[in-house]
Amino acid sequence: MNIKEAVEKELMPVERALTFEVGDTVKVHYKIIEGTRERIQIYEGLVIAIDNKGIGKSFTVRRISYDVGVERIFPLYSTRIAKIEVMRKGRIRRGKLYFLRERTGKSAKLKERRGKAVARTTIPKTVEPAAAPKTAEPVEGGDNA
Amino acid sequence: MMKKTLIGKKVGMSQYILEDGTVCPVTICELGPCVVVQKKTVEKDGYAALKIGYVDAKEKNLGKALLGDYKKRNISPKKILREIDVFDESLQEGSVISCDVFTENQVVTVSGISKGKGYAGVLKRHGFGGGRKSHGSDFHRAPGSIGAHTYPGEVWKGKKMPGRDGNKHITVKNLKVVKILKDKNIVLISGAVPGRKDSIITVKEK
Repeated sequence: MNIKEAVEKELMPVERALTFEVGDTVKVHYKIIEGTRERIQIYEGLVIAIDNKGIGKSFTVRRISYDVGVERIFPLYSTRIAKIEVMRKGRIRRGKLYFLRERTGKSAKLKERRGKAVARTTIPKTVEPAAAPKTAEPVEGGDNA
Repeated sequence: MMKKTLIGKKVGMSQYILEDGTVCPVTICELGPCVVVQKKTVEKDGYAALKIGYVDAKEKNLGKALLGDYKKRNISPKKILREIDVFDESLQEGSVISCDVFTENQVVTVSGISKGKGYAGVLKRHGFGGGRKSHGSDFHRAPGSIGAHTYPGEVWKGKKMPGRDGNKHITVKNLKVVKILKDKNIVLISGAVPGRKDSIITVKEK
């Protein structure tokens, strides 16, 4: 492992497995801070892209809100994400679904992937541990003379 | 004021997620541990300074004079040497300075050699505006006029022209230390620092 990967692994703020794939419909429970209050907003949509590696890994969720297409990019390891729920698995043939931007109505829908096709993938369907802070904080000492 | 300084290398850029969830762009830097190779004093050398060394060198790669100097001081040979301020009088020859001289949230100045850009035009090298790309324009990326006529009859010295760009010593001020991982000798500095991956940088407190 190179230095950068080792450092990013140590600094990862949350333990979060990637439980969804491109083409899945997900519900992102996102913490919103208003002054001193904190509430959770749920953003539901289709994952059209998963980008980057390491600590900067992010995913793009697209939804149609009041007839307007909205895309939101979430950092996967953000501490503001409380939970990610997978609602529906989609059948896809490519890694980035940007072609959906030009489509509306029925043609913008993906076929659902069920049964054996879902079971074949190693990713568990909805298991998502809550965003618990990493228990082991980097050690302070470690004499390095 | 004597400023704490350390040499190290740039590992690469990444992100750091702060406690409130804000994502901060950072450069991962490996700083130190550096060894004090020589302590210069006002009495002996005319000025006070610390000569610090970073990264062990192979003996076969050093000249006999330099190697003899290391042998005399009983210090393992180093690849990179820099002179820094005597920020701590207790440091003697052979003492080790590691990245814990810095603290988190400290403001630092980082200098190093920037990435070479080769022979670059005036748009890239000096930020000239250039001409229109279309609408019948035939003036795109050229520098334009470089002076007047009979008076002055020459091109002024220092006129911004195309040429070699980058590969210069660059200093970036007011960067913040975001996080220190002492056991790995890693310091995360907010924003970008000069140079490519593995290039040598000098980090100095503000």
